[in-house]
Amino acid sequence: MTATILTQQFINGISLGSLYALVAIGYTMVYGILRLINFAHGDLLMVAAYAAIYAVTLLSLPWQISFPLVMILTGLFGILVDRVAYKPLRDAPRISLLISAIGVSFLLENLAIVLIGGVPKGFPRPDIFARVIDLWGLRIQVLTVYTPILTLVLLMGLLYIVHRTKVGKAMRAASKDFETTRLMGINLDRIIAVTFFLGSSLAAAGGIMWAMKYPQVNPFMGVIPGLKAFIAAVLGGIGNIVGAVVGGFVLGLGEILIVALFPQMAQYRDAFAFAVLILVLLFRPTGIMGEPITDKT
Amino acid sequence: MLEVKDLHVYYGGIHALKGITLKVPQGRIVTLIGANGAGKTTTLRAISGLVRPKHGSILFFDHELTRMPTYKIIRLGIGVAPEGRRVFPNLTVLENLELGAYNRPPAEFRKDLEWIYSLFPRLRERSKQMAGTLSGGEQQMLALGRALMSRPSLVLLDEPSLGLAPLVVEEVFQTIQSINAQGATILLVEQNAMAALHVAHYAYVLETGRITLEGTGKDLLADERVRKAYLGED
Repeated sequence: MTATILTQQFINGISLGSLYALVAIGYTMVYGILRLINFAHGDLLMVAAYAAIYAVTLLSLPWQISFPLVMILTGLFGILVDRVAYKPLRDAPRISLLISAIGVSFLLENLAIVLIGGVPKGFPRPDIFARVIDLWGLRIQVLTVYTPILTLVLLMGLLYIVHRTKVGKAMRAASKDFETTRLMGINLDRIIAVTFFLGSSLAAAGGIMWAMKYPQVNPFMGVIPGLKAFIAAVLGGIGNIVGAVVGGFVLGLGEILIVALFPQMAQYRDAFAFAVLILVLLFRPTGIMGEPITDKT
Repeated sequence: MLEVKDLHVYYGGIHALKGITLKVPQGRIVTLIGANGAGKTTTLRAISGLVRPKHGSILFFDHELTRMPTYKIIRLGIGVAPEGRRVFPNLTVLENLELGAYNRPPAEFRKDLEWIYSLFPRLRERSKQMAGTLSGGEQQMLALGRALMSRPSLVLLDEPSLGLAPLVVEEVFQTIQSINAQGATILLVEQNAMAALHVAHYAYVLETGRITLEGTGKDLLADERVRKAYLGED
């Protein structure tokens, strides 16, 4: 294998990893505050991809408007999911919440089949993302470079919100102690809504980028990336935002490099990811950057 | 200012408060003393809306609190330093204080912060430190300071002396008196009956969910039953 190909694969790995990272952030944020693995989170990729298709084709909005718009709408959709499926269960045992999340996931997938149909739709990828550039002898699609850049920009914005703004501080407080957060005069439901909004709009960004990378949108397109992102979140240390991003990059790189180094293993790519999950849970359940997992009062 | 009438609280099948009636007049320090499990903390939790009474009323000025969500109760001007301090360990001291001021106009923040730092100079030294790394006494000061950052007219304090060294306990009670002198009304829950009765204008004794005795701090300090049961005299 030449250094060029290896570098090329490295960049592909980073790019794939940054997609996992975008989605993993939402898992980790919701887990941090509700101690819930939101299994419906992956399906938001699908919701966002379809929304983007309709925004571009039916409403004929330019992508510069429709993509951010879809992020906002998906964020609001995330709030709706919380209101309908999780908020009534705030005081219920956590297992009920998890079952509700799985229910939402099935509901979204099947609703998409009924309303839109199971036949994959092509994604109207703007041409500027499909261009191939020549970088020191490497031939790289522009999208591959843009994805990690977008991820890092969104991550910076998110970290700013979480660490520097009042709402972000309230989010961190709520991740430790609901009652005392309320005693600060903070409307906890609003803080939770903001959490869902941010996580879901990042998932939308991930969904749009995913659909541009693999321009076949179908009702189940969110399942595998959703699971991979969940693995990334666990690998990085669930509840930790930076950890989720690190986990995403590690997983993406690992997947691509294994295929690059051992081409005969290509079919085991997904198995690799799940093996990572099992190993992390066995040997380091707090993940790369996670703090000890605490139960919440 | 605060009037609790015939308050009944149940935890599942357990009748934790069996008709509590008490008054906290403006400008006063009122204390609620009693043994573990008597219902002191439950009373405070009911006032701050964290548990819902089955029966009874809680009036704060003209507002009925029993149906109000906690965050709205707090916004009426009530500050709470909960049992066990409950500082946010993953936030810095300054960030904890900022959350205490969540609903205050930002323009007032600096001034309020200076006030808290003058009450608790240690908090200024530790402002950038994670609250989880503070000592017990410092955490108690932070919990008090955080409750005061909202400039509350009524402060609810739950066992501020718990687990603190005697010298620190004294400091905490001095601070309570000085906050009171600066205008805050205080409802203080304490197991340390001696210290609480010394600072309180009025006191209630709670036993298994009922108020069994009340009077001025001085009267109760002199009361034989109180001396026997709570001050450790034979």
